[in-house]
Order: sequence, then C-alpha cells, then structure tokens
Amino acid sequence: MSVDVNFEKCMHCGACAGTCPTNVIFLNDLTPEVGEGCTRCGLCLKVCPVRALSLRGD
Amino acid sequence: MKHEEEHYDLLVVGAGPMGSTTARYAAKNGLKKILVIEKRQEIGSPVRCAEGVTLAFFDELEIEESDDFIRKKVKGAKLYSPAGNELTIGKDMAGDEVGAVLERDVFDKEMAMLAAEEGVEFMLRTQAKGLIKEGDKIVGVKANRMGEEFEIRASLIVGADGFESQIGRWGGIYDVLKTKNIMTCFQYRLSNIDFDSEYTHFYLGSSAPGGYVWIFPKGEDKANVGLGIQLSQLDGSKTAKEYLDDFIDKHEGLKKGQAVDMVAGGVSVEHPPDSVCTNGLMLVGDAARIVDPITGGGIANGMKQAKIAGEIAAEAVQKGDTSKEFLSRYEKRWRERLEDKLWRNYMAKEKAVQLDDEQYDKIIDALRDVELEKLSTEAILKGVAEKYPELVESFEDML
Repeated sequence: MSVDVNFEKCMHCGACAGTCPTNVIFLNDLTPEVGEGCTRCGLCLKVCPVRALSLRGD
Repeated sequence: MKHEEEHYDLLVVGAGPMGSTTARYAAKNGLKKILVIEKRQEIGSPVRCAEGVTLAFFDELEIEESDDFIRKKVKGAKLYSPAGNELTIGKDMAGDEVGAVLERDVFDKEMAMLAAEEGVEFMLRTQAKGLIKEGDKIVGVKANRMGEEFEIRASLIVGADGFESQIGRWGGIYDVLKTKNIMTCFQYRLSNIDFDSEYTHFYLGSSAPGGYVWIFPKGEDKANVGLGIQLSQLDGSKTAKEYLDDFIDKHEGLKKGQAVDMVAGGVSVEHPPDSVCTNGLMLVGDAARIVDPITGGGIANGMKQAKIAGEIAAEAVQKGDTSKEFLSRYEKRWRERLEDKLWRNYMAKEKAVQLDDEQYDKIIDALRDVELEKLSTEAILKGVAEKYPELVESFEDML
C-alpha cells in the first residue's frame, strides 16, 4: 500500500474511491482502504477535498 | 430475520433515493420479495448533496410535497460573472418549474418509507463486499452486516451505490472516469449570513475552475455554500475546500457565517455510458452516471431513471429473464427519456470549461438584456449569440 489516509482529516466521502483509475481504493465501512496495485498516480490526493491522502515515502 | 437463507426477486444495493425508488416501483409492479441494503446506519445521513432541485419530477414520481423535506422554495436563480455582472433568471417562475432546496436526510428517509409501504425490506449497516457470479450472470452479493459475513442471492441486482459505485466496477460495466469528468466538491451549511434567500445563486469563472460556487438557501440567513471544481483543472496546490474558504473570505455577507455542517464529495459529469446493464445487474443514479454534466444535479434525472428501472426490473423477474438482452428495455427507455439532454449538456460542459473570466463577464452582460424564464443551455446560448456572436461560434452546432 503506497497511499496513507489521515483519518483525522478524512470526511468519508468516497471521492478517492470513485476516482482511483486502478480501482484499488475501497470504502470499508465508509473508510478508504488502499489495496494492492496502486500505481502512485496521485489522482486520489488531488480529488480529496480536504487533503487527507498522501503518497507514502513523500 | 434470517435474510441470508432467502432468495430475493430483487436486491438493491444502496438506500439513496434512487435505490428506494427503484425498489418502490418494482414492488408497485408486482414483485414481492425485494431487499434494499445500505452500508450506513442511517438512511440519508451524512448528506452528500447541495440539495437544490426543481419540483417538476414530484408528480411523475408520485411524491407529495411536504415541508418536512422541502426546506425552502425559491423565486429563481441569480448568476454572477467574475467581475460581478449579475443575471436573474425566472422571476416569474411558477408551478412545477419552481426551484427548491431539500432536506436530503429527511427526503431520503421518506423515499425509503414510501418503498417500505409497498412491502420492500431494508437492511442497514450492511455493506456489499463482492458480487457472486455463476457463468456470465451475476446472481448475488457477498455482504457484511455488522461483522457478519453472508450471501444474498436474487434474480436481479440493482447497483444504486453512488459515485464510487463498486457494483458497477465489479460488474465490469464501465471504465474509469477521465479527470475532466470528475468534480471535486466541498460545501458548508452556513448560518447567520447575509444574502438574498429568495434565490439560488451561482458564481461562474475562476473561483471554481470548470464548475461553479453555489449558494442554496436553507432559510433566511442560512444556506448551503459550496463549490465543485473539475479535477483536470487542479494542479494539486489547492484543494476544493481551500478554493471555497478563499471565496467565503472575499464575501462579507458569508465571512461572518458559522458552519453547522461540512460536506465533501465527488460527482461525475460524464456523458451517458454505453451500457449500464449486464446479465443479472442494472445500475441507477450516480452509479449509472446520470448526473447532468452542466448543473451537477442528479436527483431529478436519477428519480426518473429509477422509476423506469423498477418497472423493467419487475417485468424481467416476472418473465424469468434478467439477461443483458432483456434489460436493454431499461436502457432503451431511460435513454429515450434522458440521453439527448445529457449529451447536449455534456458537450456544453466541454465548451464551458474553455471560457475565461473575461468571457464569462461578457456572457452574463449579454444575457442581462434577454428575458430568460428558464435556466436552459439553449436559451443561454441563443441570448449570448445576439450580442457576442463570436463567443458562441464554437457552440453553433448546439443552437
């Protein structure tokens, strides 16, 4: 998993899950979970209205 | 309550208004065993919507107007260009063209209760985890209800699971969205603000690139104040929330307001997909990309589509044929009803994103001289063409 979710910021809105082009973000009980296969494209970071996601290692 | 041992005629994933309405019309048309599952513990909450609608669909959908969920009716809409040029639309709007701002949490529950009155079952805190396939047909859903894993089988599945639809993706119905077809949105419900609460307000231009800022009244001194920005217009340096905070900071009447609610979300502004069905599965609402690409509104379109979905679902299950071929009757009917306008507004959106602030100033200026009774793409283009023909040159095919 190469995207971290800051749960203190997350609004549980699903924008990241609906945007992910490789479909590896799943809302588990309204909380985003990033699965295997992330290509680090960064679109979920951009679409997140509250900057709750970050690429691991950045 | 041992749902897992039963076989349903119809299983709907998602108890938003489209899921409940699909279930309601399937029941009205004769299906007996219908289940709607909802991952949240409360239907309609948290709200993920700007809540502005026109009431034109209520009669068709057999919904009685109620103050319980219609928070405020408005006289019309005001559009603003970046320089502050103002255009008022629909001063004399009447009847079913009246705009209104809903209480979506109450509205969504009311839609569920209308379905329940027809015999539809609901199961909350129940999340779909995957589809069950037999050969090339989808026959059920793997679900988790408060920690308990089980399977729900049904003759037909409906995915009404919104923008982030997993059902659509698992069913292999469509590809991923392009960034130009995704809006990232943020909204506050502000109280104690100064504004004209008799109108909905739309601010065009660079305060919300590729989208707009909205102020939808929830009362005399309170409103949903939010914006949507096209994802392709963001470079990552500023989020939707930061754009909205900047906008509010620049408007004295809003700046003093206190937020009593925060809403985030994604919205698709896609053209209609090639298909929203596969064997044993149909999609409705946001999951079927039914949102109007210009306004970002999805309720009215989705409700009309859901009624058709429910009617065809009943027919398919009663005839014992839920193949993609049979479900093409659903495709045909919703497309006859909605597709032309969705395509036209998609093309308009593609053009609108190219306009700069100066062009928006000119467009709103040109329209001030035109009596606009309705907020329609055609009326706007025709109005602009009279004064600034060069501005709408590239839109000519749409006139």
